[in-house]
Amino acid sequence: MGEFLEFDNVSRHYGDIRAVDGVSLAVRKGEFFSLLGPSGCGKTTLLRMLAGFETPDAGRVFLDGKDITAQPANERKVNTIFQSYALFPHLSVWDNIAFGPRIAKRPRKEIAEDVEKMLKLIQLSDQAWKKPDQLSGGQKQRVAIARALINKPQVLLLDEPLAALDLKLRQRMLIELDLIHDQVGITFLYVTHDQGEAMSLSDRIAVMDHGKIEQIGTPAEIYEAPRSSFVAAFIGDTNFFEGEVDEIIEGEYSRLEIEGFPPVVCFNDKQLVDGVPVFISIRPEKFRIWREKPDLDWKHTVVKGTVEDVIYLGHSTKYWVRVQDYRIAVHRQHHRFLLDEKPIRWHDDVWLSWHADDGFMLERYREADEQLMETPPEKVGEAQGRT
Amino acid sequence: MNRSRVPLYTTLAVLLFFYLPIVVLVINSFNASRFGGTWDGWTLKWYAKLFTQRDIWLALKNTLIIAVGATAGSVVLGTTAAFALHRYGKSRLQRVHYSLIYTPLVVPEILMGISLLLFFVAIGAELGLFTIFLAHVTFCTSYVAMVVLARLQDFDFSIIEAAQDLGAGWWTTTWKVLLPLLAPGIAAGGLLAFTLSIDDFVISFFVAGPGSTTLPIRIYSMIKFGSPPLINALSTLLLVVTFTLVALSQRLTERRRA
Repeated sequence: MGEFLEFDNVSRHYGDIRAVDGVSLAVRKGEFFSLLGPSGCGKTTLLRMLAGFETPDAGRVFLDGKDITAQPANERKVNTIFQSYALFPHLSVWDNIAFGPRIAKRPRKEIAEDVEKMLKLIQLSDQAWKKPDQLSGGQKQRVAIARALINKPQVLLLDEPLAALDLKLRQRMLIELDLIHDQVGITFLYVTHDQGEAMSLSDRIAVMDHGKIEQIGTPAEIYEAPRSSFVAAFIGDTNFFEGEVDEIIEGEYSRLEIEGFPPVVCFNDKQLVDGVPVFISIRPEKFRIWREKPDLDWKHTVVKGTVEDVIYLGHSTKYWVRVQDYRIAVHRQHHRFLLDEKPIRWHDDVWLSWHADDGFMLERYREADEQLMETPPEKVGEAQGRT
Repeated sequence: MNRSRVPLYTTLAVLLFFYLPIVVLVINSFNASRFGGTWDGWTLKWYAKLFTQRDIWLALKNTLIIAVGATAGSVVLGTTAAFALHRYGKSRLQRVHYSLIYTPLVVPEILMGISLLLFFVAIGAELGLFTIFLAHVTFCTSYVAMVVLARLQDFDFSIIEAAQDLGAGWWTTTWKVLLPLLAPGIAAGGLLAFTLSIDDFVISFFVAGPGSTTLPIRIYSMIKFGSPPLINALSTLLLVVTFTLVALSQRLTERRRA
């Protein structure tokens, strides 16, 4: 308690499906907080429970110290940006924005001033008398934002607000959203399945899967130190290796046994003990690629492999390197040519190395994790029998 | 330019097939001859004569009272039915509801007429304007429900949530958002109901009582005892009203798509 916005052990079931399953979450005042997860993970249901469109089956929701669990949607001091914008098609831009203040019966003059101010904020002052269907997607989006913000909500809820926009517009709206958040200083709760959006906008992110929160942290924490194999696989690309803790060396580090690999040294912040089966997750950009076997200190692991595929991506190059049973994805920037100035080609023999701090050990604790290892990164979160 | 003329010819053939009898009727309503068959030149005297017939005016009054009443009743019932069907359409109850709403559209009118008559007799209701009104509401409701339901299919319900989100209560949401947006659909349904009610003969014939003769029933009896040119004139007027209403109702349903 004491946090600005708090979900306390909240659950929502639809029949047998646990859309939200015992979620506890605290958001600070003024924070840009994202709920990130694949479709069907419960993030939207959680948001709708805060908006008041859904009632939790169990648990409480607190806003600014008040229990709002049973408060109807129209009495809550929160406003929502809907994925479809949900502008009123029969009202002009001006009337759309004035809808909230008019219902609140604020003085006419005050409403007019505020609407003008909002129109200026979203740079649509000259379009005020157009109807929503005369606007472009990005403009509709901005009207939706103004219509919500004019009510000075305690929390602004954004439900995949950029999903309907094309890539270029999305990137521009990202910047605009960020600017607006800085200007108005309202708490933003942002729901998305797009890790790029969540990473670039958020102060903190909660990664959700199957109605539960997998991890809460800053974007860097979640990317650099994923606490579950789901988080590791869902956020960015990663390579998983299956092994077992062999011995703990020098307190923080452990030696692992991975079949077919030389002993692997890995950072062991979770203090997993000997004999525990683990996954080790290594991001593709953490590898270094060598022509000759490098001579590195004990914190590095060096393995030999064969290049199976080279994909030029412009800003970087992706190599698929076969090491024993593993096909390892390796990203290198400006390293298409090695020191000997010869490009790496198919079937070249190479050496891969990584630092002990770049690998993350994750306990193998459930069957879903085993499946995850087999799933290509872009498919994580799909095809797991979701509805 | 070697475009096929087949579509043109088929269209003409279909139109001819559909509307030739009506065209004959309309032309004959301007025929000065007392009995069809021969052409005695243009006249408007049958229309003038129509206005002197008291019983026709009475029938028209009855028809309008019933049509307005049945339209109002079926718009309210049909719209609420459409809402229930759209919102909870997947539940078993609503699937049954849907088939029940749909049935009057396909059941032969004569069957509906007989069953309504038997029902009214069974409960001892006095046949008259009120029983016709009830009968019309039953089948008009189905049409209104179908038109409004079609309208609801592409209605984005997050708009309703948006209104609540912005602080609107149930009442405000309904008046400021829901009804303005559904108005064209409801109006189209209403116009359709009005047209159907004005034109209905079979069902009205069964459930009408003494003194509650409607225009179609009046026309029917005029065929037996009255003068044919008068019927032509009256039918032409009825035709004009019907066409106008149907065209209006179609315009309302199409407007949003444009």
